Amino acid sequence: MAKRVVIDPITRIEGHLRVEVVVDENNKITNAFSSATLWRGIEVILKGRDPRDAGFMTQRICGVCTYSHYKAGITAVEDALGIKPPLNALLTRTLMDFALFFHDHIVHFYQLHALDWVDIISALKADPKKASEEAFKYVPKGYNPIATGEDELREVQKRVSKFAEKGDLGPFKNGYWGHKTMKFTPEQNLIALSHYLKTLEMQRIAAQMMAIFGGKNPHPQSLTVGGVTCVMDLQDPARLGEYLTKFQELADYVNRAYYADIVMAASAYGTEPSVVQKTNLGNFLTYKTMQTGPNSWLFDACGYIKNHDLTKFYEIDESKITEEATHSWYKNLDNPTHPYDETTEPEYTGYVEGESVDGQGNIVKTKVVNEKGKYSWIKSPRYNEEPMEVGPLACMVVNYAAGNKKVQKVVNEFLAQTGLPAEALFTVLGRTAARMLQTKTIADYGLEAFNNLVENLKKDQTTVAPYVIDETKEYKGRFIGDVPRGMLSHWCRIKNGKIENWQAVVPSTWNAGPEDGRGKKGAYEANLIGMTLADPAKPLEVIRSIHSYDPCIACAVHVMDVKGKKLGEFKVDPLYGAC
Amino acid sequence: MNEATLQKVKERIEALKKLPGMGEKSVSKMLEDSGFTRRDFLKWSAAMAAMLSLPTSFTPLIAEAAEVSDRLPVIWLNMAECTGCSESLIRSDAPTIDNLIFNYINLQYHDTIMAAAGWQAEENLKEGMEKFKGRYILCVEGGIPTNMDGQYLTMGPHAETGLELLTRAANDAAAVISVGTCSSFGGIQAAAPNPTGAKGVYQVINKPVINVPGCPPSAKNIVGTILYVILFGALPAVDNFNRPKFAYGLRIHDLCERRGHFDAGEFVEQFGDAGAENGFCLYKVGCKGPYTFNNCSRERFNQHTSWPVQAGHGCIGCSEPDFWDSMAPYEEPLANKKYDSPLADATADSYGVTILTVAGVAIAAHAALSAIKNPKE
Repeated sequence: MAKRVVIDPITRIEGHLRVEVVVDENNKITNAFSSATLWRGIEVILKGRDPRDAGFMTQRICGVCTYSHYKAGITAVEDALGIKPPLNALLTRTLMDFALFFHDHIVHFYQLHALDWVDIISALKADPKKASEEAFKYVPKGYNPIATGEDELREVQKRVSKFAEKGDLGPFKNGYWGHKTMKFTPEQNLIALSHYLKTLEMQRIAAQMMAIFGGKNPHPQSLTVGGVTCVMDLQDPARLGEYLTKFQELADYVNRAYYADIVMAASAYGTEPSVVQKTNLGNFLTYKTMQTGPNSWLFDACGYIKNHDLTKFYEIDESKITEEATHSWYKNLDNPTHPYDETTEPEYTGYVEGESVDGQGNIVKTKVVNEKGKYSWIKSPRYNEEPMEVGPLACMVVNYAAGNKKVQKVVNEFLAQTGLPAEALFTVLGRTAARMLQTKTIADYGLEAFNNLVENLKKDQTTVAPYVIDETKEYKGRFIGDVPRGMLSHWCRIKNGKIENWQAVVPSTWNAGPEDGRGKKGAYEANLIGMTLADPAKPLEVIRSIHSYDPCIACAVHVMDVKGKKLGEFKVDPLYGAC
Repeated sequence: MNEATLQKVKERIEALKKLPGMGEKSVSKMLEDSGFTRRDFLKWSAAMAAMLSLPTSFTPLIAEAAEVSDRLPVIWLNMAECTGCSESLIRSDAPTIDNLIFNYINLQYHDTIMAAAGWQAEENLKEGMEKFKGRYILCVEGGIPTNMDGQYLTMGPHAETGLELLTRAANDAAAVISVGTCSSFGGIQAAAPNPTGAKGVYQVINKPVINVPGCPPSAKNIVGTILYVILFGALPAVDNFNRPKFAYGLRIHDLCERRGHFDAGEFVEQFGDAGAENGFCLYKVGCKGPYTFNNCSRERFNQHTSWPVQAGHGCIGCSEPDFWDSMAPYEEPLANKKYDSPLADATADSYGVTILTVAGVAIAAHAALSAIKNPKE
């Protein structure tokens, strides 16, 4: 007897997301639906505005990956106007990227994702001495663990015990404590819990790191079309020193806590089927990011792999990107269409009456997605008619396949330490590990960009390239590159000195989009199928799987033009040369 | 601040103490247990008093208020938003005491950080609203879509619209705080042509609302406002746009570190020029500091690390109503266009700054800008 489980809201993400799964009599998932439940229409709002303002507005697409859309918006306009920002500006932007990735990834793992893995109630039963000793098992070679001294762990336990004794757990209330798929021992839970609290402190440092050159965080404000405005901070050695110190603190923390806890998770969760089930979708797509010098990028691959095959790397052909809206709340877009030729008209049809298993296991009346019709504000992007997964996992496996030496080293060392085969990357556990490995790659190699900036500042102080916007001309341009949640692109057209059209194709759109017209599912939906739930009333397996993508739903929902105008022809002329 | 007020606060705290608490432990005890001394705690209380513009006689009361703050449950709702305000809140200040205070406020519901999801999350919301009926503080992040009967945003298994949920939650709230410019005034999604009919909270519910605008506001302003409510059992003194005066009483311009350059007529003419390297005034490259009421120039962001003007970019006016439209273009001086924001008064129609010589600019601008008054209660 098939049953449906509605999960709305999916919490601990950015945005508003509903996920529904259908399970058979053995509680095995036979079908899954992902539905975004908010539309804001920012691209519509951009039309007719000053191109210099676009970045400030696109930045407000998202406050979690704050800065991603700011940089994308500013860069797309620079590309359109043919501006080459000075190297100082490009490298400064990379330094802000590092701060963003450090911040975003540690907060994602500890504050948003950890409560799917870590049972904080079990941590109260742990032996702090034992836990303290155990922590040494998981750190990378040459590092000691952090925030896991016996005394510290005892303090953490005491603090949380008091919280629990109050009988009202506040934000931890009604969590999935004691769930069958929670695999850490009390000691391991205590180690992770201590890092949960420690990360609250460390993420403030990452935010400060961005604010040094960005003015503030979230939503920094020092990028301008042509370059960066923080020239005084760049010319002040004390400011550079502040950045360097905070970078080192974060890099140290990534190795001593984040890396270690993922190794620990790999050891504890290696046999939990819902965590190590191989993804049904085996295609991964990425684009180069983080410029470290005049012609070098930390992650330099632009392309994809197919069917889980790490031995073959394919270069990207941007003309093969399409979107469609067979199951999305837009009209007249049932065929895969290139973003250039796409039309968009909202057509909300809502949900239908149905039934769901509730939190007590009863079948209750509820709203459900209209699975034969339209059911999400997110469209379905495809590459060469195939769904693709994007994100840190895509970044790591595609760079690995493309022969990026730094990525290969970081990944191989992790696999060696955990004893996992490379295949294990294509799982929920692997996706969560890849995000950490991406952060570790930055921690281990990011200072190259800092050193090159300092070197360049010795002979060149330029921070902004001059430009003019000719109101009689038409301009087209785009940004494309990986941000914390994967491949992002912004496309713009400028006419009469104003924004004529704007479109963002966002990472979470690739992953969270609904089924397409040919019945092919995006990553969220496809990879849930085949998973078995221990208890449909507490679908932690589903929540954990969805969290592993680090959803950013405000980003994913986008539209170009309510009236359904065409975007017109772009002539792609990438700012950074051919890829 | 007279004796009567002080007395009132004392009574208020006594009343709070009588409420059923979450447990026996006081905040200060808990802080001691986690390595903070009583002295740290009082230091923090004094800093908070200063920030709330209260006399030092209030310091011990703030400490006391913080100790009973766990009696005040908070429900936090996310509407049409980007989560930047929640992100700002978790940047909450060193000492980490802010974080503890926040944790201690008994957070019943918060989408972004709560452990529970789906049905379990719904249950928490329901329980929080019933158990603390009439006593919880409702914080709202994000604008409220109202077109198409609010269906641009739905939440929960029954696909309730954001508008319906907000109305329900506001009914039984002791106080409603709009955190950020979106919930205060509609924000980015309400910028022209406002396709979803997004509005600020105060425009869709019948209840006094405190607006804590900013894109996002600093954690200090969020925490300060909540504390004020706890302390007085009332809403803080506000301006015309319901912004607490302790945080939004002065213009950015009033305490700007580049103010001397403005007065001297020294301006950055374009980003990256010699003026930029010397920290000249950013008015001519679009700074909206003279029209914006907030404490950024005093408090800065991220533990005083920096703020936009320090990073060489002008203020974009993000704590003002409709700033996305009224302050645009963000890198052009406002004086280049007619100023038609709600802030405009009889004198604020034309500044005529642009055609003046550089030497005359400051004086003329001064005269014009001084004419903009902070909206009074």
